[in-house]
Amino acid sequence: METIKHVINTLFAPQYLVTLVIIGLFLFYRYRRVVTQNKLVAYSILAAPVVFFAVSTLDPNFWVQFKRPDNVPIAGMMLLVLFFTWLALKKAVQNDDRIRDGRPVAEAEPEEEEKVFIWPDLVYTELICLLLVSILLTVWSIVIPAPLEEPANPQLTPNPSKAPWYFLGLQEILVYFDPWLAGVVIPTFIVIGLMAIPYIDTNPKGNGYYTFEERRSEILLFQFGFIVLWVTLIVLGTFLRGPNWNFFGPFETWDPHKVEALKNVNLSDYYYYWLLDQPKPEAPPDADVITQLWAIFRREFVGIFLVLGYFLALPPALVIFSKFFRKMFIKMGFMRYMVMTFLLLSMGLFPIKMIARWTVNLKYFISIPEWLLNF
Amino acid sequence: MSGFGQRLKDKIGSPSQWFGDLTRTPVWKSLFRHKLPTDPKNRALVVLTNVFLHLHPLRMRKQGMRISYTWCMGGISFFLFLSLTVTGILLMFYYRPTAQHAYPDMLDLMESASLGLMREMHRWAAHLMIITVWLHMLRVFLTGSYKPPREFNWVVGVLLMVLTLLFSFTGYLLPWDQLAMWAVTVGSNMARATPLMGVEGPGAQLMAIGDVPLITAGSDMRFVLLAGRFVGEGALLRFYVLHCLGIPFIFVILLSTHFWRVRRDGGISGPGKGGRLAL
Repeated sequence: METIKHVINTLFAPQYLVTLVIIGLFLFYRYRRVVTQNKLVAYSILAAPVVFFAVSTLDPNFWVQFKRPDNVPIAGMMLLVLFFTWLALKKAVQNDDRIRDGRPVAEAEPEEEEKVFIWPDLVYTELICLLLVSILLTVWSIVIPAPLEEPANPQLTPNPSKAPWYFLGLQEILVYFDPWLAGVVIPTFIVIGLMAIPYIDTNPKGNGYYTFEERRSEILLFQFGFIVLWVTLIVLGTFLRGPNWNFFGPFETWDPHKVEALKNVNLSDYYYYWLLDQPKPEAPPDADVITQLWAIFRREFVGIFLVLGYFLALPPALVIFSKFFRKMFIKMGFMRYMVMTFLLLSMGLFPIKMIARWTVNLKYFISIPEWLLNF
Repeated sequence: MSGFGQRLKDKIGSPSQWFGDLTRTPVWKSLFRHKLPTDPKNRALVVLTNVFLHLHPLRMRKQGMRISYTWCMGGISFFLFLSLTVTGILLMFYYRPTAQHAYPDMLDLMESASLGLMREMHRWAAHLMIITVWLHMLRVFLTGSYKPPREFNWVVGVLLMVLTLLFSFTGYLLPWDQLAMWAVTVGSNMARATPLMGVEGPGAQLMAIGDVPLITAGSDMRFVLLAGRFVGEGALLRFYVLHCLGIPFIFVILLSTHFWRVRRDGGISGPGKGGRLAL
């Protein structure tokens, strides 16, 4: 038992958890027919987290975190997201088969096109939903009291200090990015990116019915963002981050004295100390602005070129060298293509920075503490 | 049965008699203008003439009504919003947004207010609403319902989701306990790093006139948010007003737009003719 717990604790470490969720998501969509049509597999996948929660609550360390009243909705959310992703995929697979056979999708069957009166069908469905939600809410409120801790005290900082649970994905990103990115720029980009979706996605197919094969990349990208970068990071930030934002496995005690070595290194350190074996360029403290700027630029130029290249040179390079992207460019037009690649590349920064951190302990691509600008 | 029992029974009458009479009273008739509608014409009239039901079209494609298609998540989110409004109004009677009173008022709510479930209902409904809003968004994405002609309504929906989060964030501070204060401290610390506008953000030094910095801890984005240099009474009042008045005001406008656009853009999405089928 202890060995199993130890293995699970290890597997829930950020680098493994995120990787496993990505692989899981890929397999889920790759073997979508098995997942949705083989009853045994389907029920196992849907029941697995419930069983995991049920068995894990026997562990005192797991129970301490799980039973916090504010954490209950997150457990519910995990199950709901899994179920609805599965449900949508099931309907998508059925529709894809219909499309392949040249039949109309399930939503377009003649009897489905028939118009029915709102009263009584829809009004009663809504009433039932409403009653069920009311019952759920009432029972939930009776069973679990809302948390109230000690009175607010500005002198006493709790460890860990956590944002509300729906922002914990962003707080988790703070591990990889500085606050100006994780707390300001990235949320803004998420909102802008979401709002831009209908104007970027010009695929006319899949409007008003479930499908996967007609919109593969759209669905996979969205689910990567939603399930991996949002839901998984919230779960990670809620259940697996303890004092000092250190990682703790689901069956570990939150030990406030756990120390993790700070071994993260900037790209410029790699370049100058490891590759060239020489000190970094530095301007004398009394030098004029231009000299200082030049010194900073020479110190960070590898990172600056990498980041600029990533955002500015990669989109046109893809058009030139990749047939797929060339077609896309012609179809979408200049503006739309540039906006889309910019947003996608921004999203791609997450896995890149995460992998760089996990493998080579990279701290920043560009580190200019003089201007509080770390990238 | 004895004579007395029979006489009593005659006097009282049967339930069907009471209600039969009740439906003929002027009060009842003024409330419900129609009988329970059983034919198409009256069903149409009910939906058309009822202030709440007229959000719906008269008739809809069967597919758009299927709960396996819509998951009812938008409807549930709206219902939760209404529940939150009702419980929130009740809570406002018992709550004063000052550092002196906020926390004791919470204790009073828990210990002595009758119907002491309101705080629980409000909190859990808020958490649930966030989840249902996300699931609504997931459904709309997976059915491609943001595609023409519904592009703009997706944008409105994204804004509503952001406002839902801000609703919850501003409400998080109001209990004025350790959980509230430090969650909001962590959240609002981010504003300190706003590029150009936050005291610890990149480029803040550039925002200066000569040697006088424009962006200090007393004038940056975080100060705007908290009405102070830390989470104190100013922040409590600010969050309270935003939570109870500011955000609801914008939210209701956007919500009306959202519902209105659902109808204008052809109802619940569906295949065929770009989804323009309903009504």
